Amino acid sequence: MTATANEYVGAPAPAVAGVPIPQVVAFGVMTTILAAAPFLVYPVFLMKALCFALFACAFNLLIGYVGLLSFGHAAFLGAAGYGAAHSAKAWGFPPELAILFGTAVAAALGVAIGALAIRSKGIYFANITLAFAQMVYFFSVQAGFTGGEDGIQSVPRGTLLGVLNLNETLTLYFVVLAIFLAGFLLIYRAIHSPFGQVLKAIRENEPRAVSLGYRAERYKLLAFVLSATFAGLAGATKALVFQLASLTDVHWTMSGEVVLMTLLGGLGTVFGPVVGAFIVMALENYLSQLGAWVTVVQGVIFVVCVLTFRRGVIGELGNLLRKSL
Amino acid sequence: MTILGVPTQALFGQLLIGLINGAFYALLSLGLSVIFGLLNIINFTHGAQYMMGAFVAYFLLQWAGLGYWWALLIAPVVVGITGIALERTTLKRLYHLDHLYGLLLTFGFALIIQGLFRHEYGSSGLPYSMPRELAGGQNLGFMFLPNYRAWVIVFSLAVCLTTWYVIERTRLGSYLRAATENPALVQAFGINVPRMITLTYGFGVGLAALAGVLAAPIYQVNPLMGADLIIVVFAVVVIGGLGSIMGSIVTGFALGVVEGFTKVFYPEASNTVIFVIMALVLLVRPSGLFGRAS
Repeated sequence: MTATANEYVGAPAPAVAGVPIPQVVAFGVMTTILAAAPFLVYPVFLMKALCFALFACAFNLLIGYVGLLSFGHAAFLGAAGYGAAHSAKAWGFPPELAILFGTAVAAALGVAIGALAIRSKGIYFANITLAFAQMVYFFSVQAGFTGGEDGIQSVPRGTLLGVLNLNETLTLYFVVLAIFLAGFLLIYRAIHSPFGQVLKAIRENEPRAVSLGYRAERYKLLAFVLSATFAGLAGATKALVFQLASLTDVHWTMSGEVVLMTLLGGLGTVFGPVVGAFIVMALENYLSQLGAWVTVVQGVIFVVCVLTFRRGVIGELGNLLRKSL
Repeated sequence: MTILGVPTQALFGQLLIGLINGAFYALLSLGLSVIFGLLNIINFTHGAQYMMGAFVAYFLLQWAGLGYWWALLIAPVVVGITGIALERTTLKRLYHLDHLYGLLLTFGFALIIQGLFRHEYGSSGLPYSMPRELAGGQNLGFMFLPNYRAWVIVFSLAVCLTTWYVIERTRLGSYLRAATENPALVQAFGINVPRMITLTYGFGVGLAALAGVLAAPIYQVNPLMGADLIIVVFAVVVIGGLGSIMGSIVTGFALGVVEGFTKVFYPEASNTVIFVIMALVLLVRPSGLFGRAS
């Protein structure tokens, strides 16, 4: 699946430090909104959306720039959540170490799953990642420390670096925002580095990239591990915010949800996954009383996006403005 | 009497459960394989269509008084027709795109169908009684074999082998296999390939509905009955090799049995054993046991 939105920029556009101006502006707008938002909107909702936005950006790294659709990214989100929650609750890790530990768990899992999955492409890849995620799910159901159906509850948030008390909602919000922005910028940097260019080359024409001397498998594996790591960062942060790590985050429906967010926002766009995540989260929030209808609405969005709206919100917007966003 | 420290009663009991699950894996993965062969998409709606089969059986009984045997005949046709409608109106618009869009579209339909049924009928199962003719069972000495379960195994094996025969040994099947290899050329010979694609999708979906009717008396009729099952079936398909007809049948039954035995010897792993086998198979043969290297 190739990205459609960032391909039509021909001549080099005006840029700040190598970043095209529209993207700098968009980043400024996004940061301003997110910094002001907790004073207007319920902060816990925002934090949830930020965690999912980072999750979707990590997922987009793989689908948008390597062309690999993973249907098992919940495994990384969930495993990191369990890692962070367990280390914070049972071993008394401070939040920064708990998040690091959770992220490391996801990275290690990414190496293991990636090494096997990366050998396949397209539908096979989607199927294989889904199956591995299901393995992680059943492991989480049965392993003792995950608490089975109950999950790991009342995880202590603690004090970040011994200074910031994360039990204060606003402090926590800005920490989550900082984590999100750091993750977002790192992913941006990875995509727009020579490494990212090689990834795109592999996506467009793998045999040619190989013939030019690039070890495609290694690049793809590295991209997979990066994607898993950032998904893990999102999961670990989410576990501390909600003080909960549960089976919901490992279930395959979560893997489907991140696909939905990214597709709706715009595959292969820089800001699409963020917008998609916020829209999906807002929808779920408003529709939560309607029970099974949430699933129906998600399904309808999938169908509409695939049939008529394949560029996604940001992709369409970028196309309209003739800018790459 | 015991074998390896396990009472034979338990061993054969699990073997039977394994064969039953295997029968469903085989029927469902066969449908997926047939569809994948020609359309090149993984039909994510398959689990929902399996569930629809069971529900059509339930509706036929509740509304029209038509029992199990009629359901076995009508449900696959009804669900197959909805599948054909789906293919004609939406799926066919995506053939010129990356096949992953087909996967996403069918995933969306699965969410819609399962959501609607769950809204209407909740998450608890609705009972569907066994046909009177197949009540009771046989005492084989070493174990008790319920008639209905024996019927499920024999019938699904018969359906699988008939499908295999039609695809691999008849003229119609040869058209199908040729269209899988090179649709443009087959079309040039005057065969209506788009219609063949539509009917193939309808047939694969019909197989899923048939499995649903077979499952109704065993597992009850539940809106989510296909949701988790289908993911196991995806793993079965990967192990067997996507698109391989015989591969789906053999691996379907074999993995059901392996899963059954795992329940006896190491119950903790019974849910994961298929995925572990999948990982091992991928290490040795990335294209699956019966798949051709791509």
